[in-house]
Amino acid sequence: MMDSENHTSEEHLHPLSSSKEELENLHLHENNEYDPLITKSYSNYRSVMSTLSDSHNHPLSPPSLVSPADSDPLLSPPLNYREFPNPNSTDTSSYIDPPSYADAIFSNFDGETSSNGTDTPTRSSSDGIYFSRSASSNSEYLKITVSNPIKEQENSNSIVPGSSSYVTYLVTTRTNISEFGGSEFGVRRRFKDIVTLSDRLSEAYRGFFIPPRPDKSIVESQVMQKQEFVEQRRVALEKYLRRLADHPVIRKSDEFRVFLQVQGKLPLPTTTDVASRVLDGAAKLPKQLMGDSLIAPSEVVQPAKGGRDLMRLFKELKQSMANDWGSSKPPVVEEDKEFLAKKERISELELQINGASQQAESLVKAQQDMGETMGELGLAFIKLTKFENEEAVLDSQRARAADMKGVATAAVKASRLFRELNSQTVKHLDTLHEYLGLMLAVHSAFTDRSSALLTVQTLLSELSSLQSRAEKLEAASSKIFGGDKSRIRKLEELQETIRATEDAKNVAIREYERIKENNRSELERLDRERQTDFLNMLKGFVVNQVGYAEKIANVWTKVVEDTRGYAKEST
Amino acid sequence: MVTFEGMEQHRTSSGSSQSPRSPSSSQPFLSVSVTDPVKLGNGVQAYISYRVITKTNCPEYQGPEKIVIRRYSDFVWLRDRLFEKYKGIFIPPLPEKSAVEKFRFSAEFIEMRRQALDVFVNRIAAHHELQQSEDLRTFLQAEEETMERLRSHETGIFKKPSDLMQIFKDVQSKVSDVVLGKEKPVEESDPEYEKLKHYIFELENHLAEAQKHAYRLVKRHRELGQSLSDFGKAVKLLGASEGNALGKAFSELGIKSEILSVKLQKEAQQLLMSFEEPLKDYVRAVQSIKATIAERANAFRRQCELAETMKLKEINLDKLMLIRSDKVAEAEREYHELKAESEQATKTFGTIVKLMNEEIGRFQEQKTLDMGIAFHEFAKGQARLANGIADAWRSLLPKLEACSSS
Repeated sequence: MMDSENHTSEEHLHPLSSSKEELENLHLHENNEYDPLITKSYSNYRSVMSTLSDSHNHPLSPPSLVSPADSDPLLSPPLNYREFPNPNSTDTSSYIDPPSYADAIFSNFDGETSSNGTDTPTRSSSDGIYFSRSASSNSEYLKITVSNPIKEQENSNSIVPGSSSYVTYLVTTRTNISEFGGSEFGVRRRFKDIVTLSDRLSEAYRGFFIPPRPDKSIVESQVMQKQEFVEQRRVALEKYLRRLADHPVIRKSDEFRVFLQVQGKLPLPTTTDVASRVLDGAAKLPKQLMGDSLIAPSEVVQPAKGGRDLMRLFKELKQSMANDWGSSKPPVVEEDKEFLAKKERISELELQINGASQQAESLVKAQQDMGETMGELGLAFIKLTKFENEEAVLDSQRARAADMKGVATAAVKASRLFRELNSQTVKHLDTLHEYLGLMLAVHSAFTDRSSALLTVQTLLSELSSLQSRAEKLEAASSKIFGGDKSRIRKLEELQETIRATEDAKNVAIREYERIKENNRSELERLDRERQTDFLNMLKGFVVNQVGYAEKIANVWTKVVEDTRGYAKEST
Repeated sequence: MVTFEGMEQHRTSSGSSQSPRSPSSSQPFLSVSVTDPVKLGNGVQAYISYRVITKTNCPEYQGPEKIVIRRYSDFVWLRDRLFEKYKGIFIPPLPEKSAVEKFRFSAEFIEMRRQALDVFVNRIAAHHELQQSEDLRTFLQAEEETMERLRSHETGIFKKPSDLMQIFKDVQSKVSDVVLGKEKPVEESDPEYEKLKHYIFELENHLAEAQKHAYRLVKRHRELGQSLSDFGKAVKLLGASEGNALGKAFSELGIKSEILSVKLQKEAQQLLMSFEEPLKDYVRAVQSIKATIAERANAFRRQCELAETMKLKEINLDKLMLIRSDKVAEAEREYHELKAESEQATKTFGTIVKLMNEEIGRFQEQKTLDMGIAFHEFAKGQARLANGIADAWRSLLPKLEACSSS
């Protein structure tokens, strides 16, 4: 249905393009009214996000989007909620309200919102502007841009002609953090490298809330190279890297730095063979302890990945959590009551964020539909106006045509405002969606903890069973006069093992405590940052709504004035 | 009664929504109101009846005030009668007969229909020709049993003997057309009238499209209202699990969202009554004009046919007179009858043409007025809604500020 409406409007562009007067501006509207980027299906919230955030190519896009390469975060003015005419748009800027008017609308809110240093604009990473949320005293910044996708060939498999090609992206970093030893640099990376980075971080930073990486996509190689797909991926990668840069601990990690800086092939191990990787503590365990009954902690340390849909993943996780809670006695007993309480609260929070995120999605859709239908109504009246003007025989017809045109113009303007409102709304409410993604990271971190605890408990029980075996052996061999050479040897071996296990246990306990501490500090950070982010989201959302509602009201008020003559005299 | 109040400026007498105004001096007036819809009957037979109150000082009427009970099909009867008798005049349109069963008795639908029926009768009462119609008087005054009899008389394909005759005549003329080699029905060749016809047909298409989008817009308002309500609830729940200042902020947001949801639903209804309905009415009016156009075509054809037949009869008569046939007397009689009919048909057609010319001017003026009001109300509604939305959200801002500074 969408398509046929597109066609109808396009057909009608022709007769309208011939008329030169005020309808010309409206014609330019119509071009954009049915821009294919905008009228995609909105069932997938994320595609809405990516297409709308991509609209810096769109002439009438919200001008707060600036091409990433152009701007320097320190030099550009805070583009919180202002609207400037987009530098990319030419003729259409005459139709956008001149800056002074928009300023007048928004300047009140600017004054109100920019209170303290932690008050940042929405963290939509599709903006060219990125503000670090760190304390105002810290002037560190780390700005990452992903751009310039290029198709490259895989040289290694020369047997197969036309061997697989892949896409690389240019990852540019600007920073003043000293560890990087440079202020601006760029490297080429492919998606596989991101996966590697993500895997290495999960292993190295157990217990931390590591932002989840973009999904792998199981699509054909043909689709992989489609411009749209590549662009979506570019956006996703940029977001991911920016989230990493936002994390106070991870941004300083070697893995991250290496990823951002080292030219050529990414020097991080890519093997997925879990057992051969060096893990802190757990991998040093003697192999005989990793019995069948154990969940190999290394497996558990793997971050949740795969699947196309974060939402689905979240649901699966939620399900497994429910299963865990539902069983009579969980396999792992977490003794820290405070932690358990926090965990439950996080769980509840997640549920509500999910609900809000879903409703935000349908709100966005409803706003979009409103804008569309208003636009269609406007177009229908434009056609009517034109028709009446052409066929007019009587003055009453001309008068009616004039009235109609006023309404049509207003409707088209209002429609455009709805669309703009909506793309801003999407950006603000996307914070909800971001936090859902973060919840996955939280689960992962909690899982790190429970697996570490499991390891400790396993070692403890192994230790006690080893020790009881040693005792039995000792007791048995002491009965034999003169000793039993084989038994003594066995005892010695056993005691070796016990010592090794003791060491491993101590390592495991240290690891567990470390992860616990990570969990704790991360939870604190999550609460703190979430407060700020959500508050900003609310403010952004509300300011946006107010601003656009005022503008829409003005548009219609004009028509009210123009048609005041028709108002009935009695109430 | 928003849309059609403009008529009050335009005409000498008109109705209002709930009750007619009290009589003033000796100026002739006729004011009608359709009120008080009541559901009668059971199950499939159920229908809505309306109270029709007439206040007048016209001598042709039985008294200064009369109240009768009418149902939709009575209005249809009136419309049909007027259509037959006043060819050339654009008979005011009626709201559609059938409606989806589910909504037939919804409060909204009933109110919209009542309003439309009220407008219908008042337009008739305000039209300088139609208001003199005897059928109107019958409609406004007759007892319910009389109405019922008249109404059921009209159902069925063959209404009256004269209609039967007309149908036969039509068939006859069509046959003779074919026999005479005239496949295509005869049409006027007046270029201005052609232009008018083309205009009317095109207009219907454009209006129908506008009305379709207007109806969709109503739906969008409802949908947005619903999603704001759902969003508000979800946000309130989130606020509850957040707790502290942020939680409160969420709760406030949720509350405002729900308030706005109500505003949107209200505005949707307003939009339906004050904007979409007038557009629909406009479409119906155009369709009524199309019916008149058809009538005019019929009249024209009849005039042509009779003129043709008369010529033939004249030739025949001359022939008979020449041969001094004894059939001359009869033929002469027939000829004179036909001549009279032909003159009548020409006169009828001429009247239609004259009336239509007047009606078109009146129609265009009326529509400019009606649409002007509709546009005004539409814009007012949208401005009111937008301002309401701005106010509601704006009131949140100080609270949000307080949260971040705490």
